[in-house]
Amino acid sequence: MRIVCPFCGERELGEFTYLGDAKPMRPVAGASEDEVFDYVYLRDNVAGETSEYWYHGGGCRAWLKVTRNTLTHEISSVEAAAGAGAAKVGA
Amino acid sequence: MASAQTNRLDDGGLIDRSAPLNFRFDGKAFSGFQGDTLASALIANGVKLVGRSFKYHRPRGILTSGSEEPNALVELRTGARREPNTKATTAELYEGLEAASQNRWPSLRHDVMSVNQLFAPIFVAGFYYKTFMWPAKFWEAIYEPAIRRAAGLGRAAGVADPDHYDKAWAHCDVLIAGSGPAGLAAALAAGRSGARVILCEEDFVPGGRLLSDGGTIDGVPAAEWLSRTLAELADMPDVGIMTRTTLFGVYDGGTYGAIERVNDHLPSPPEHQVRQRLWRIVAKRCVVAAGAIERPIVFAGNDTPGVMMASAVRTYVARYAAAPAKRIALFTNNEDGWRTVETALSAGLQIAAVVDARPDVSPAHRSLASKGGFPVLHGSVSGVDGGKDGVRKIAVSLTGGARAEVEADGLAVSGGWNPAVGLTSFHRGRPTWNDDISAFVPDGAPPGMTAAGAANGDFGLGACLSQGFAAGATAARDAGHNGKAGIAPVADDEAFSLTPLWHVAGKGKAFVDYQHDVTASDIELAQREGFESVEHLKRYTTLGMATDQGKTSNVAGLAIMAAVSGRSIPETGTTIYRPPYVPVAIGAFAGHHRDETFHATRLTPSHHWAVEQGAVFVDTGLWKRAQWYPRAGEKDWLESVTREVKAVRSGVGFCDVSTLGKIDVHGPDAGAFLDRVYINTFSNLAVGKARYGLMLREDGIVYDDGTTSRLAEDHYFLTTTTAKAGLVMQHLEFCRQVLFPELDVQLTSVSDQWAQFSIAGPKTRDLLKEIVDPAEDLSNEGFPFMGAREVTLRGGLEARLFRISFSGEMAFEISVPARFGDAMARNLMLAGAPFGVTPYGTEALGVMRVEKGHIAGPELSGTTTAADLGLGKMMSTKKDYIGRVLAGREALTAPDRQVVVGIKPTDKARRLRSGAHIIPKGQTPGPGNDQGYVTSVCFSPTLDQWIGLALVERGRERIGEIVHAHDPLRGEDYDVELCNPVFYDPDGGRQRG
Repeated sequence: MRIVCPFCGERELGEFTYLGDAKPMRPVAGASEDEVFDYVYLRDNVAGETSEYWYHGGGCRAWLKVTRNTLTHEISSVEAAAGAGAAKVGA
Repeated sequence: MASAQTNRLDDGGLIDRSAPLNFRFDGKAFSGFQGDTLASALIANGVKLVGRSFKYHRPRGILTSGSEEPNALVELRTGARREPNTKATTAELYEGLEAASQNRWPSLRHDVMSVNQLFAPIFVAGFYYKTFMWPAKFWEAIYEPAIRRAAGLGRAAGVADPDHYDKAWAHCDVLIAGSGPAGLAAALAAGRSGARVILCEEDFVPGGRLLSDGGTIDGVPAAEWLSRTLAELADMPDVGIMTRTTLFGVYDGGTYGAIERVNDHLPSPPEHQVRQRLWRIVAKRCVVAAGAIERPIVFAGNDTPGVMMASAVRTYVARYAAAPAKRIALFTNNEDGWRTVETALSAGLQIAAVVDARPDVSPAHRSLASKGGFPVLHGSVSGVDGGKDGVRKIAVSLTGGARAEVEADGLAVSGGWNPAVGLTSFHRGRPTWNDDISAFVPDGAPPGMTAAGAANGDFGLGACLSQGFAAGATAARDAGHNGKAGIAPVADDEAFSLTPLWHVAGKGKAFVDYQHDVTASDIELAQREGFESVEHLKRYTTLGMATDQGKTSNVAGLAIMAAVSGRSIPETGTTIYRPPYVPVAIGAFAGHHRDETFHATRLTPSHHWAVEQGAVFVDTGLWKRAQWYPRAGEKDWLESVTREVKAVRSGVGFCDVSTLGKIDVHGPDAGAFLDRVYINTFSNLAVGKARYGLMLREDGIVYDDGTTSRLAEDHYFLTTTTAKAGLVMQHLEFCRQVLFPELDVQLTSVSDQWAQFSIAGPKTRDLLKEIVDPAEDLSNEGFPFMGAREVTLRGGLEARLFRISFSGEMAFEISVPARFGDAMARNLMLAGAPFGVTPYGTEALGVMRVEKGHIAGPELSGTTTAADLGLGKMMSTKKDYIGRVLAGREALTAPDRQVVVGIKPTDKARRLRSGAHIIPKGQTPGPGNDQGYVTSVCFSPTLDQWIGLALVERGRERIGEIVHAHDPLRGEDYDVELCNPVFYDPDGGRQRG
């Protein structure tokens, strides 16, 4: 598998680390335990297009948001994940 | 003296008769020529019997001339290089080659296990499942060892592989699999268009079937066109042909796996060269011109040595000038099989008869028959009279019911051709059935891949050339190259008329899968027993599961299943195709990642100095760390470690702690950022101070710990544990980039930039004064406990100094740029000599941290909370931080959680061991009363006894209680007292002094 890093260009899978689903947003500071529980544990098991976090640790150290089809492994977009998980800021 | 090459033809062939090669098979001496394979050399020497079959130990010969070979598997080479299940059909001959037949005892000609044939009625499909079920206890002791002795093919060497393997990357625009007419035409078109081309050919000579079947291309003989084309390709700087290289797999994003047999054709690799190289090739486009595999027809005795694929007969005769037989019969159901007749006749061999299953034979072939003086029989071969010495007679069922017999010493068989659909089907593509050729053709190929020529079901030479050329031109264009491809090479197409024939009913075993001894009746039995789906059929009968992966057997197998289950072949379908296309040695996948180069090794800045000191090293992750420094006369590690601990506690010692992760945190929001990732607060830390921090995972469990110092208003220096250095960096980058993008903060990993030493003991200041510039104030007032700042060393070097203590002693950690680490260690020794300075290793470090009750890896186990570790009070209630909410979950704050506590044996002389379970005293140990376990132990020189840390239910409330330590692994049971985990200097006076 190959990922086109928006900063480094097309690179091989071995340079990246997978984290998981990029859909959940970190709840605000005052969120309930249930909301945080959902954020930490609940994931959709998507057959088709899904967005996920990849870390370019073997390159620019950017966190990326990769849109990938779980049926074909086809990657349709890669973008910097800046702020992707910050629904509302904590603290 | 090697025996004469009795079956070598007088002339012809692509062998070098001026380069004879000696070799041995089963100990007997033979000779062949440069350009031979082991199979062709054996044929040239009249050897027909080369192995025994897997289950019935039936005599087997050579069936094919390529990598699809199911029968002719040998042990190649001897000693550590002995390689089992090597195909004689692809093993190149070299001087001194030694090979042995497999699966026979005591010899190939007299094999006692061939009695299995007499019991054949019980060795049916599902035999193991049905026979060795009961009684269950017999399995391990009796059945499995017996089966293991009887089954299996070749023997592994049993010792380490002495050779090296390599892994490499390659990139190109157009990757081509196969160098037959289609592959070469594709390379011509793509290369002329300006594309970067890699062509992989598994043979050691390019040309594919052109080498055996010849033909006329662009008006010249195929051989001439071939050399002209190879010359043109060689002149193109961006076209590379890799021979001895098989494309075996297709992966996501246009990544392909290929195995290059760099030196398999030599007795052993030349010095400093690898045996094989695993290529990962990234290609924008791929043209599969991998050809087709001729398929056998299933009939009784079809495994007799001397029965061979018709195309293989042509290859041995035309390419290797080796005659598989003198008087050959042909059994065909298609036009292509007849080419064998032409090749054999022109080489002066005799044709005994042609058995053609089709209703009609062309007038041209009829006249060929009358010219050659052999009969054409309409019908099918229904039996073979022969044995380990080869074929003697062939029984023919003639159309209309009559029978005939043909005397022959070889039988060439052609059941048609199956396109090699492996590569195109590896992404779960399902090939589709083509009625015209009665074969599956590629469909659903991975993105960017096309099949051309025979691999696409177009067998004619003209079609191969034009299709390959067009595919190459299109691939180059799609990859962005628009140069002029010119005109495609031209040749005529041969007729291909075929009447499907899979199985001829008859008396005796008719083999579908030669390598796994699966017969037509096994398939019929599987159908009767309900294993009708092809995936079930495969697993129940093991059809296609041998090392050849059913290249010659799968389609025939499912055609027979289709017939007995009353469905069509496309309805029956194919099993899923998976890489690798050919077996690939595990050594090639490992490459250089074995033994000491299994992974990268990280050395601390003082490593070479520590080696000079005679340190014993321990692997911690990738690091080599000095574990202790033995001195002459010390009888074991414990004595050395005890000395080191005592030296630190009474004088001064130092330890390289550079392996800790180090991260510079810069920016106006650095403090705010750290507040969100640690449970405690860092924004209020004064410049020039250090603070211990604990970070959680978002689920509330402790992630990592370490000290962080504030070196400037907008600059913190953070340390992590050795184990988590990389992961914490990744986690912090995630927090910074993804969760808190509004914070103005930057992270820089500086783990490798700084050499860091812990200097500990009451005489630390005395030593440091010799190192640090005298102008620096190191007094308790000028540099108090938890102080941190940059200092100048004697000689002017800038360093970072931290007054932190892991040992519990008066201590500093000093950081210098990594390139000065070695010098720092030497200077500490020099300057510390008057104070008896003692270098100490990770073992003494661990002893002192247990004495001090500091937590480390065994307690940061991924199951403990801050409160479990006794650090619950650090959890700020005034801010949000990672893990805050879920750390408050009911089960994570329950009063009966297992928490860190100290333990001491009630018998002061007893040794403690980690992993023992804690049970209430007086109870019988069991899962119901397991209250925790011992996490860390050490012999404490300071207390002169073994002490430990444990995670124990309600441990802190039970200080003073005697509990039972149960260690079933080592068979130990003893009592321990729960105590305060801080065994040494509980009020911390020494580290503040």
